[in-house]
Amino acid sequence: MKTKIIDRSNCRPVITQAGNSVALKTGSWRSLEPVLLKENCTNCLLCWLYCPDMSVIVRDGKVEGFDMDYCKGCGICALECPGKKGQKAIRMRKEEKE
Amino acid sequence: MSSSLKIKELSKKEILLAQGHRMCQGCGASIVVKMVMLAIDKPIVACSPTGCLEVTTCISDYTSWKIPWIHSAFENAAATMAGVETMYRSLKKQGKISEDMSFVVFAGDGGTYDIGFQSLSGALERGHDMLYICYDNGAYMNTGIQRSGATPFGASTTTSPAGSAVPGKIHQRKDITRIMAAHNIPYVAQASPSHHLDLMRKIQKALSIEGPKYINILSPCHRGWRSKPDDAIALSRLAVNTSFWPLFEIENGKTRVTYIPKDKRPLREFLRPQGRFAHLFQPENEWIIEKSQAKIDADWSALLAEGACEAIEE
Amino acid sequence: MKKKIAVTGNEALAEALRQINPDVCAAYPITPQTDMMQRFSEFVADGLVDTELMLVESEHSAMSACIGASAGGGRVATATSGPGLALMWEMLYVASGMRCPIVMPVINRALSAPLNIHCDHSDAMGARDSGWIQLWSENAQEAYDNMIMAFRIAEHTDIRLPVMVCMDGFIISHSLGIMEFLADDVVRKFIRKFTPHEALLDINHPVSYGPLIVTDQYHEYKNAQNNIMSEVFDVASDVAAEFENISGRRYGFFETYKLEDAEIGIVILNSAAGTCKDMIDEARREGIKIGLLKPRLFRPFPYEMIAAALSHLKVICVLDRSDSFGAHAPLFVEIATSLYNCKQRPVLINRIYGLGGRDFMPEHVSGVINEMIDIAGKKIEIIPKKYISLRK
Repeated sequence: MKTKIIDRSNCRPVITQAGNSVALKTGSWRSLEPVLLKENCTNCLLCWLYCPDMSVIVRDGKVEGFDMDYCKGCGICALECPGKKGQKAIRMRKEEKE
Repeated sequence: MSSSLKIKELSKKEILLAQGHRMCQGCGASIVVKMVMLAIDKPIVACSPTGCLEVTTCISDYTSWKIPWIHSAFENAAATMAGVETMYRSLKKQGKISEDMSFVVFAGDGGTYDIGFQSLSGALERGHDMLYICYDNGAYMNTGIQRSGATPFGASTTTSPAGSAVPGKIHQRKDITRIMAAHNIPYVAQASPSHHLDLMRKIQKALSIEGPKYINILSPCHRGWRSKPDDAIALSRLAVNTSFWPLFEIENGKTRVTYIPKDKRPLREFLRPQGRFAHLFQPENEWIIEKSQAKIDADWSALLAEGACEAIEE
Repeated sequence: MKKKIAVTGNEALAEALRQINPDVCAAYPITPQTDMMQRFSEFVADGLVDTELMLVESEHSAMSACIGASAGGGRVATATSGPGLALMWEMLYVASGMRCPIVMPVINRALSAPLNIHCDHSDAMGARDSGWIQLWSENAQEAYDNMIMAFRIAEHTDIRLPVMVCMDGFIISHSLGIMEFLADDVVRKFIRKFTPHEALLDINHPVSYGPLIVTDQYHEYKNAQNNIMSEVFDVASDVAAEFENISGRRYGFFETYKLEDAEIGIVILNSAAGTCKDMIDEARREGIKIGLLKPRLFRPFPYEMIAAALSHLKVICVLDRSDSFGAHAPLFVEIATSLYNCKQRPVLINRIYGLGGRDFMPEHVSGVINEMIDIAGKKIEIIPKKYISLRK
């Protein structure tokens, strides 16, 4: 995945593998993790739209969960979740790490 | 015709900013860039000046950009992009390129209001076909929260700290959106990620117009605003609802307010959750809040008088 | 037969630009570069070139736009002088670091303060560490020839670095000189079609230009940049050899004049070399063994070749048209460095002349020749650095 922009005698000012930052798993930054409560989810997808880390997984218009490789645990999804009848579909909890 | 802005439809599109970028958790700029790119249909060529967005999305040997993207320096994003766009016109004229492309700058407020101002003004005057987005977080966040021309009156920053003699920043913000409009470019707007449909409509409208376009987008930064990692959308909503950050557009000189808060809230509600304004709630600094509120009310009235409104459909 | 005509230096360079027909030119007016770009603007207005001309609001934006345009994937040129080059300073490093093959005539002009629009070399010397290749030119012919060769050197796949073509402001830019132009088709064939390399505008292969590189690789990046510079010698030689075939004019990294059997010598850049050559002819008639060396390729600097050309001399006067205040001037430093490893080293003196367009007259050359003769004869004390032609 790594694009060598320097090889001994040559320097290239460009990175040619578009979007190769997926190799950097920013999920390690997280201290709080989002938990999805599907029963309260209306699939409004606001969490998907607001997520700064592209970490809400949506398939066929439905929220499937979170991409924990990249989720930094900011909690915007949980705060903005309108939920169903006042019950949020996402809540944040302290992450247990080995 | 521009594509649908329904979230369900958008969720089928590829997001052109890749995962693994190193912006802070809960960063407003990331949300802004994502929304802007989701609204665009044509291939995008982007440029960013030095700043938070740039240093976090392209650190060797990794890039988060799935589109052609260039950074050259801090003070010249508009001139750099203008050069790219001019090369595009030259090669297209000579038949060496056939595709249509959208040219978009993503710059912070420091690179826009301050150091990049001359380069931006020149590019607008020359009429380059490009969209300049300022993600405005109101200070030099990348270098550690120093005051900029966009920093609100009274805000405490690392170079305008609230002290016993000086109560934070003692100068008003530059009204950059108005200044851009004074260049008589075809489209200027102000938007907020909390009002995403309004934001993305403005992007689509801007890109349907040939020539230079400017959109100022509020971009909360909880590190600099001294608030919470989860409040980027909540604070930008409060900014709109207090009229601190009115949503409007100026198309060919005609102003249109695109959103009127049903219940315009007092400025305090926007200031209160932010540590950068905490000192304003001490009795000796109350005058700053009052003065700010008076200015916001006057500006809001003037804006309403200028631009007839259409209700926003959310 | 080729036609010789009288033109100014700026006319010659504008004509070169017309023949080269860059895809984008971004420029800002500054004396004495102005009338070159004015002439080129007329070519654009009359549809004689395909160039998109960007008339920007500052030299900083001119260089920024050139960088964007060059990264975009096409042939790019600009031109500037003195303070304009100084304003570009930060972007010069970006252009070379991003390996943008931009070609830029620098019509040499003094830097403020005090304000002065006339010739000296402070501008280009201030940019000598910026990673640009520098070609220096004595007259309009050399500037024109260097311009055409510059594109080939800059755009060579192994190089892809920007090039400055230096020419003296007013003295050459605004004075008529006799020269000959190459035919349009000869120039176009010589410079070849531009081959884009990792072009930003290639949307099917998206690339990111200008990454942040911190302590892990920056040092290596700069080492690689330095290595590329050392490859310029071979490329510049090959290009010059090809150029000789189309023009009959031969260019080395430097020019020597009556140097082989000389005992004392002058080292000088650009237009003042002409005056020196005349005075050398005169001195030779009196039996003084004197010669001259005029560098053409200043970056990269051909240290060893210059050492080989100069080491047999007893005394050398390096004449600098710029200064490094409180230190030796830039050309002197390079010549001294060249000679340091020689077994026998000539005595070196550094004389500063012609700042801010101060006339450089035959008597000034005689003055330094006489001084060198006295030094060679051990008749006077050596003063390492001194301004000459000062008014009383």
